[in-house]
Order: sequence, then C-alpha cells, then structure tokens
Amino acid sequence: MSGILNSSIGRKFAMALSAFFLMIFLVQHFAINLLSVCNSETFNEVSHFMGTNWLIQYVMQPILLIGVLFHFIMGFVLEIKNKGARKISYVKNNGNANSTWMSRNMIYSGLFILIFLVIHFLDFWFPEINIKYIQGDTSGLIDPNNAESGLRYYEELQHKFVPVWRVALYCIGFVFLSLHLLHGFSSAFQSVGANNKYTKGLRGFGKAYAILIPLGFIIIALFHHFNQ
Amino acid sequence: MNLTLKIWRQKNANDKGKLVDYPVSDISPDMSFLEMLDVLNEDLINKGEEPIAFDHDCREGICGMCSLYINGEAHGPDRGVTTCQLHMRMFKDGDTIFIEPFRAAAFPVIKDLIVDRTSFDRIQHAGGFISVNTSGNTIDANAIPVNKHDADTAFDAATCIGCGACVASCKNSSAMLFVSAKVSQFALLPQGQVEATDRVLNMVKQMDEEGFGNCTNTGACEVECPKGISLESIARMNREYLKASLKG
Repeated sequence: MSGILNSSIGRKFAMALSAFFLMIFLVQHFAINLLSVCNSETFNEVSHFMGTNWLIQYVMQPILLIGVLFHFIMGFVLEIKNKGARKISYVKNNGNANSTWMSRNMIYSGLFILIFLVIHFLDFWFPEINIKYIQGDTSGLIDPNNAESGLRYYEELQHKFVPVWRVALYCIGFVFLSLHLLHGFSSAFQSVGANNKYTKGLRGFGKAYAILIPLGFIIIALFHHFNQ
Repeated sequence: MNLTLKIWRQKNANDKGKLVDYPVSDISPDMSFLEMLDVLNEDLINKGEEPIAFDHDCREGICGMCSLYINGEAHGPDRGVTTCQLHMRMFKDGDTIFIEPFRAAAFPVIKDLIVDRTSFDRIQHAGGFISVNTSGNTIDANAIPVNKHDADTAFDAATCIGCGACVASCKNSSAMLFVSAKVSQFALLPQGQVEATDRVLNMVKQMDEEGFGNCTNTGACEVECPKGISLESIARMNREYLKASLKG
C-alpha cells in the first residue's frame, strides 16, 4: 500500500480521483452561476452562504485548492516523465490514425485552463479573500455601513463581465475546458478500472457533460455581458 | 510499383543514425512488406553495400519479432496485422514510405531498425507465469471448471505476441497494454489466483523500473495492436493492482 503513489497505476488512480472531485465541483459551480441568470436575489443569498459558511470556507475550500493544485502538479510531473520515456521522436508520426487530438494534448488544454484559472482567481477569488479576511468585512453588503444597500455579489458579477476582452478570454478558457473534458471524463473512469458494458453509455454522457457544462458557462458569461 | 523508401540507418546503439533514401522498383503489390525489404537487401548486397538490419522470424504474424514504424504507424497503415502480414497493395505506386525503428527509451536501438525488447522479457520474468507442480501429480487443467466468458477473455488476452506496437504507438511509450494482457490472461483463470497479488505488483514494478511512460488512455495502443488486445485489459489490471496494493 505504501508504494502505491510511486507506481504508474497509483499516480493514474490519484489523477482520476482528483479529476472526479473537480468534475463534481464544476457542476456545483455551474448550478450556482446558473442562478445568476434565473434570479439575482437567490444568487446573492447562495453566494453569501457559500462565502461565509465555515464548513465551505475552512474545510471544502482548502480541499478544493489542494485538489486543483494536485491535479495540475501531477499532470505536469507525468508529462515530464512521459517525455523522458521517448528521448528520440519519430520523424514521421501519424497520431490522428489511432487517437484523438484531445487525448494527445491534455497537457496543452490543461495549461490554458491553468492560465484561465489564474485570471479567474485574480478576478473573483483574491478580491473575495481581501474583502473577507484582510479587510474583515463578512457582511456581503454593497455598503457595509448600510444594511439596506443589499448584497454585492450579483452587482460585482455584472461589473466583471462588462469588458469584451474578459468575456472573450472566459469563452476561450471554457473551450479549452471542453476539449480537456472530452478526453478527461471517460479517461478518469478507465483509470479507476471502470471499463465494462456501461462504458459506451458513459462515454456518451461524458461527451454531453464536456460540451454542455462549458457551453453553459459561456452562455452565462455572454448573458451578463449583454444584459448590463 | 516504384517506391522511395526513407529508412533509418544506425550502425550501433551509440551511433546518431539518420534517414537514408532508397529507391525500389518493380515491387509486386502481392509482396509482404518484409519481402519488399528482402528485395532491397539483395540489391544492396549485390552492390556491396551494408544490408538493412530488421527483425523477423515466423513471417505469419504469431512470433511478434517484426516491428517497424511505417509511415507514422506501428506495423504500418493496415489494422490487425504485423509488418510481415502487411502487403504492398496498401501503398500506391510512387509513394514515399518512412521506415523507422520502434521508439522508446526502454527499447534502445541495436542497429538500423532492430530494437532491444528484452525489457518485455524482464517484465514477464517478474510475474508473467503460474507455478505448477510437474513432478507427476499435475492436475489436468481441464479438470478445473472455468466460466466460458472468462476462458474466452483470458484467451483473447493470451493472444498478445509481445511485439511492442503498443509501446511504439503510445505517445508516452507506455507498456500498459502488454503488461495488462499478461496480467489478464492469468487473473481471469483459477490457476492464476494463487500468485495474483504478487504477479500484478511485481510486473507493474518492473514495468516502471524499465522506464516505460505512464498511460494517459489515448487508446492508440488498442488501435495499433495486431492482436486486438482491448483497453478493458488495462482497466482490469488497474483493478487488480489497486486490489493487490490494498492487500499487500
């Protein structure tokens, strides 16, 4: 048991587990974002709950950060190891004959997602941490001195999606997320040993997930840009 | 058929190596790819040049000796065949064909198109067997009932000829398909259960030590495997390995 993470299969398994965790988180994030399109008040209330609940802030949030970091670091470690397993490349290699572009370029789609995540954190996460834990304002109000000013989350979201460049950047980021998931979803199941009579159906579900969730995020970003 | 061959020439393991152009003419479409290389080699010998070194043995697709990365694919563009079963009718008159050795750090080039695949032998030695008492008290294998589906699946896995096309095709040079076939053929049968835990742990350990890459489930190995070994084998090995790790 001790050497499991030092083995190629153990690392695969760990990557798959972190992928499952992140894919579940993505659904939860999408559901909350969807609320911003349906009802701004509910979105504000849920956002305030997520931003102030101790279980989410002090337990789930650190686990999520660890999961994200682990997935990226392990991805890069595996890529470096895999590059070392073939020191001389083929002069002619016909990769399209036997595998998809997405499956062969997970590191590049992952890299673009990482760049997107850094921007996303700078846009939303760091300002939140600053307001709540550095300035000490956990009221969630637009004006912390005025209880009538209402919750700030929906207004902040709308404000962020005013610039065209940011909306375009988010759309590109979600396209790369989709490309990553198109291979990653079914790959995670294969890595944990799940390849059976349900695999074909699961692959279909995975493709739907990989297209619909990022597309949903794109639509939400566009909605807020055009609905100012 | 008249063709231009771009063949990897490398004097020995330490030589840098390079692609060399060889025009060949009057090639019959009914020739196998290796027969075409035989024709070229005869021509080279007649001219007093060094013939091209390449691996071959049975020439009927069962020994796993022939290798070659042809036009960017292990065993060439046909499916479910080894290089010896690849026919020249798969190419067109006037084609340029790239012929390279299987590339992987764990498969170092010995000469020209011949690579050292003894890393596969060492993986087999680590656990790809069952221990049977052959001192006169051997139980007939047929005396132990085996579920038909399991027997068929085990047989499918056992058809792996260890050619290394999976490693050559994988962008990570992973040997997971080969090792999983060898693990699966025993894991599915009652005779393989006694050593199941040690087998999978030792074979995977040896595979990692040989310097093969990590599997990222691209599926290229499954497509290029001349014996049609499925990715299900890899999933089975993953389960076996995780189960064995928890036990061990």
